[in-house]
Amino acid sequence: MTNVAMRSSAAESAAPTQSAILNKLRGRDAIFHMLTRIAALGVLLTLGGVIVSLIFGAWPALSTFGFDFLFTASWNPVTEKFGALAPIYGTLVTAIIALVIAVPIGLMVAMFLTELCPMALRRPIGIAIELLAGIPSIIYGIWGLFVFAPFLQQTLQPFLISSFSSIPVLSTLFAGPPYGIGILTAGLILAIMVLPFITSISRDVFETVPPVLKEAAYGMGCTTWEVMRNIVLPYSRVGVVGGVMLSLGRALGETMAVTFVIGNAHRISGSILAPGTTISASIANEFTEAVDLMHSSSLVALGLILFVITFIVLAIARFLLMYVERQR
Amino acid sequence: MSNPLYAGRNRRNKIAVSLALVATAIGLGWLAIILGTLLWKGFSGINLQVFTEMTPPPGGTGGLLNPIIGSLIMTSLAVVIGTPIGILAGTYMAEYGRYSKITSYVRFINDILLSAPSIVIGLFVYEIMVYPMGHFSGWAGAVALSLIVIPVVVRTTEDMLLLVPNQQREAAFALGMPQAYVIRNVCYKAAQAGMLTGVLLAVARISGETAPLLFTALNNQFWTTDLNAPMGSLPVVIFQFALSPYEDWQRLAWAGALIITMAVLALSITARTLGGAKKAI
Amino acid sequence: MSIDTTTTFRDSFSSSGKMPVAKDSAGLEERVLVRNLDFFYGESKALKSISVPLYRNKVTAFIGPSGCGKSTLLRVLNRMYELYPKQHAEGEVLFDGANILDEKQDLNLLRARIGMVFQKPTPFPMSIYDNIAFGIGLYEKLPRSELDGRVETALRRAALWSEVKDKLNSSGLSLSGGQQQRLCIARTVAVKPEVILLDEPCSALDPISTAKIEELIEELKDDYTIVIVTHNMQQAGRVSDFTAFMYLGELVEFDSTEKIFTSPGDKRTQDYITGRFG
Repeated sequence: MTNVAMRSSAAESAAPTQSAILNKLRGRDAIFHMLTRIAALGVLLTLGGVIVSLIFGAWPALSTFGFDFLFTASWNPVTEKFGALAPIYGTLVTAIIALVIAVPIGLMVAMFLTELCPMALRRPIGIAIELLAGIPSIIYGIWGLFVFAPFLQQTLQPFLISSFSSIPVLSTLFAGPPYGIGILTAGLILAIMVLPFITSISRDVFETVPPVLKEAAYGMGCTTWEVMRNIVLPYSRVGVVGGVMLSLGRALGETMAVTFVIGNAHRISGSILAPGTTISASIANEFTEAVDLMHSSSLVALGLILFVITFIVLAIARFLLMYVERQR
Repeated sequence: MSNPLYAGRNRRNKIAVSLALVATAIGLGWLAIILGTLLWKGFSGINLQVFTEMTPPPGGTGGLLNPIIGSLIMTSLAVVIGTPIGILAGTYMAEYGRYSKITSYVRFINDILLSAPSIVIGLFVYEIMVYPMGHFSGWAGAVALSLIVIPVVVRTTEDMLLLVPNQQREAAFALGMPQAYVIRNVCYKAAQAGMLTGVLLAVARISGETAPLLFTALNNQFWTTDLNAPMGSLPVVIFQFALSPYEDWQRLAWAGALIITMAVLALSITARTLGGAKKAI
Repeated sequence: MSIDTTTTFRDSFSSSGKMPVAKDSAGLEERVLVRNLDFFYGESKALKSISVPLYRNKVTAFIGPSGCGKSTLLRVLNRMYELYPKQHAEGEVLFDGANILDEKQDLNLLRARIGMVFQKPTPFPMSIYDNIAFGIGLYEKLPRSELDGRVETALRRAALWSEVKDKLNSSGLSLSGGQQQRLCIARTVAVKPEVILLDEPCSALDPISTAKIEELIEELKDDYTIVIVTHNMQQAGRVSDFTAFMYLGELVEFDSTEKIFTSPGDKRTQDYITGRFG
């Protein structure tokens, strides 16, 4: 046998029917491979498409107003003067209120679930909290409008107004009258909405702490709280921050829960009890009614700003969570 | 032990533990309050009419039949469009391209799309479909929803396929199977419960979505199955009716909200009992 | 392939002087020839210039301490390593006169001809019947009756038929560990391979199942060339005709099993056999 013959493929000596069938299958394999690849690239393409189409739609407004668009508070369809400052302000403030309330509560619930809760209750409570995360935002919206806002109007808001009326800065922050709906109410509803996210992510991250570490600490005589503070939180802080950023992304982009209760006023008020607007609420409320080009283009520009902000926030969140994943 | 230091530590621990208890009570209490109100207000609005009659004009009586049908049509279409694409992309990431650079980019972008504001998806579809076509349509609504389905399905498909042990794959390759054959006959079989869970979660996710429908499918107060015309949907009708001053409309909004919530809860619970998939956050 | 050609093979390799020749190899046919094989996981070299023949209708056992490269070698023989990035092999593995490491080698066909059974039983998530029929259907479109016959033959070959004939439609996962492993052997046999690779096939099984599999191996060698990797020296002694001892990625010694176990030529082999390390 010569070297040339030795080089020939072993396939040749196989039965011809086998290779015929295999060739057909291989053809299908190539097609299937191609399809999956196209679909995967389609995901990237979607993102590109979103950005390009938003820039395209926002172009009339962006080219007219330039960078001033970001820093102008006026929003006047009649004079066609549009600026994004009020919605940006509302978006940020409501998201901050939401996180200030939801992060500590969410972390405490996660601590309860991982360290304190009796084993038998862990699963049911965990599931209940995840179900809360699955409830559509419009439900929070309608509940906020009909139940929560009137309740706040009669209880919390008058209380806040009267108790802080003589304290300089806080009196402006909580200036009346109690509308019920407004920035604070929207922030509170958002807090309820993101609470389950923060809880379930934190719980997942807490569970990555090696049991040996915790056992060692308990073995030294640490209390539950000390184990939490000195072992679990430091060990999982990157993941917790990732979870918080993810929730921030949600809060920033949330539309329906906010639209119901924010009051939809394009203005920046010193008081968080006053009505305001967010980017998503403005778009939801006005887009179908915006007849002239500049108005609708300005709304698309708002959408672009929202997308860029949430993209950055979510990207940071994913980086942090990926880091945790890799550590595991 | 009467060590003062220890007493202090113990006290701090007790405070923290009570705070955790209070926090949990608040979290669960809120769920109870929201569901309680929903049941109470929703059930008082639910009757046979809701499921058999069209949406009423202001002040009139009627039901939610057309938006319910509209939601069902658009949701099914979105699943039909989104699921195959999502499964294909997830398959690429877990199988063909598991070690490729593209996969890490796609995974990163997909995770972002998973939590991206859904109203932006609505704007996007408006720009690429509604504006060029010149009118709102059920198709546009279905496409917008499918863009929300895809990331959820991609994520669960990839996760589930990655859970299939490599031994299983090797055993199939060892018989001389081409990869497509291995994936479809072995990997999909092993991962199917989890992948189905992913689809159910995606349906749960879109059945309550409002924002992406507002300016794609718009709304339609009349009966229609024409996908080229504006189409009503339950969430959009709830939005419109809840913000209206008419009490009949508000009652219907609550009834609709109850229907959606029950549907979503049923879907999530089914998905959970099927097991497998991690929730797609 | 005739004995003549193999002689030519051996002659052409003898110049390198590395090809080990077993004592009782006269009249045996080399079904597969591994020659100067190097294997890399990324930068690190896991196999160092391995040369070894695998004889037709004989059982060749690879033994050695864990990490010595015996499983790696097995995964080179059907190029299973190709599924993972950054792994590559250099050298030659001759099968029917062709180098299977050749880029042009058809992997699917190669794997159909060189079957493999894994450490843990790997039944596919489908019925017992489908587990077998699945592999057959890949290469042959058979009418149902003929397919039934092939499935039965394969199951009989794997000494499993009597245990499963009444529940062919239940899941492959419902079987016991030993039965699952025999199902996997049946599945491998059903594709009609020429060489069967067994990667520690009994390590997850109880003694009784192990005995059954060993009997099976004895029977199968009438039709196939069998390679078995095992960490169980008694097993190697029981089932194999030839034994190769590997250590730290090198092939220390290859010879007839009897020779290896009674009068090993290398100090390290002797130490391992007598249990002084590993």
